[in-house]
Amino acid sequence: MSTTYAVKDSATMLRRNLLHIRRYPSLSIMLVAQPILFLLLFVYVFGGTMGAGLPGHEGAGDRSDYLVYIAPGILIMTVASVALGTAIATATDMTTGIIARFRTMDIARVSVLTGHVLGAVIKTGFAVVIVTAFVFLLGFRSDAGMFGWLGAIGLLILIAFSLTWLTVGMGLAADSVETASNTPMFLMILPFISSAFVPTDAMPPGLRQFAENQPFTPMIDTLRALLTGAPTGSDLWLALGWCVLISLLGYLWSRRLFLRVPAK
Amino acid sequence: MTDTDLAIEVSGLTKSFADHAVLNGVDLAVPRGTVYALLGPNGAGKTTIVNILSTLLTPGAGQIRVAGFDVRREAAGVRAVIGVTGQFSAIDELLTGRENLRLMAELAHLDRTTATTAVTVMLDRFDLVDAADRRAQTYSGGMKRRLDLGMTLIARPRLIFLDEPTTGLDPRSRRDLWAIVREQVADGVTVLLTTQYLDEADHLADRIGVLDGGRLVAEGTAAELKRRVPGGHVSVQFTDAARLAAAAAAHPDATTDAEALTLQVPNDGSVAGLRRVLDGLDDDGVAALTVESADLDDVFLALTGHPAEASAPEEIPA
Repeated sequence: MSTTYAVKDSATMLRRNLLHIRRYPSLSIMLVAQPILFLLLFVYVFGGTMGAGLPGHEGAGDRSDYLVYIAPGILIMTVASVALGTAIATATDMTTGIIARFRTMDIARVSVLTGHVLGAVIKTGFAVVIVTAFVFLLGFRSDAGMFGWLGAIGLLILIAFSLTWLTVGMGLAADSVETASNTPMFLMILPFISSAFVPTDAMPPGLRQFAENQPFTPMIDTLRALLTGAPTGSDLWLALGWCVLISLLGYLWSRRLFLRVPAK
Repeated sequence: MTDTDLAIEVSGLTKSFADHAVLNGVDLAVPRGTVYALLGPNGAGKTTIVNILSTLLTPGAGQIRVAGFDVRREAAGVRAVIGVTGQFSAIDELLTGRENLRLMAELAHLDRTTATTAVTVMLDRFDLVDAADRRAQTYSGGMKRRLDLGMTLIARPRLIFLDEPTTGLDPRSRRDLWAIVREQVADGVTVLLTTQYLDEADHLADRIGVLDGGRLVAEGTAAELKRRVPGGHVSVQFTDAARLAAAAAAHPDATTDAEALTLQVPNDGSVAGLRRVLDGLDDDGVAALTVESADLDDVFLALTGHPAEASAPEEIPA
């Protein structure tokens, strides 16, 4: 199979997935609603108290300071939420008869998966724009220059790409659509045990070590630095490293699951 | 490619799932441009054969060449020339009929103009013009099957696998599908179809293989198979019991149903056999008369020693 066919077939499959997204918008709406609910909950219910506890504000931090603090975490939860939907979409797709047809055709087989991934990344882009608009609506203002914004967009795309390859694998590995909707739930939990909502310094030792070393923390810290115009430091490289690693493992895993000839 | 005239060459094909043998050494030879029907009940291994020949499943043992390509080592070559329409609809239900056909045309790497023309032709040919821009999930069973077949044919495959293509279709849709198969064969396409219906194999196939318990138990043309099957009979309903009794005495091999006043006389379908039965009958003593030819149940009973229905799916011991 030549590379031209791999690109052409992936583009065809991407168009198929974009049509699916347009035809079945309720899933996408639910996926965007989730991070927005968390945003409102954290800003309006917890925001006043949490803002006061933020470091660097000498106890004078308020709701708007807390909004600035959690915005990166909320954006990454948006990415995770859409990725969760991709696991469901992939698992659902695998139950349809057309997948067997694709397997009997002389096409670049992995294009079935790249179609899902690219479609999901585009969907994530829309979701992030909607959630960002909400964040601004609640009073978020950024000191970031154009460079910071471009960096933030690039990083979010990369995170979306890596988490999506991971959840496509979960969708393929799941024996049912229900399983596929449960296994990626940890992606929604992990941001809570990171620097997304409270500084990791406030956590007890064991948990703190976990929070500081899990992949979401450098991603969130980098995004926070980019959005506030602060230097990203070594977090940027850690975040990029995690993205590359997760993408690669997710891709190889998904590819292996999809290309294996079924025993039955 | 080899220089052979065979579209499908299979020898000694076996396949097991876990420790359960589904195929126990199948040999097939299907010449190009012909129709071969695999006839058998559920669980006989028909779908397994189609899945192996269409590269969906890896074979156990055996030599398998499809269009000259080895299914194990040259799967891409096989895929480039085949088209498959299975028992379960292989269409994208969220897409419209037109989009489904377009998707297949693009995956067949047709150029833009050719693809557009091919989509229009297929919509017209499969009577889907009015439904072209509706989602496939709103289609009836017959429409889905037609779209499915259109998606298979749009890439102009040289070899088509049809796995129980008419199961669940109404008689008219079934005949439409038969007509399409004949058109394909007239264009030189080879067709391998599986079916549970003898009449379907009879109408379409050049050769028929009867599959039972993962083995080909008989093979030949429809006429050859029917000659081996003594299942046909003439059924005569009499006006009164005395005439029934008299006729029963004249045909000791017949089955009598006293309540329905009916006599079933075994018959091979020949004119001479039929005349022998008719010669013994009075015009005014007969209420009704029907001639039944052998059906799948008769074929199965004769060739395998058990009725088609009794063969439990996927439960045949090796």
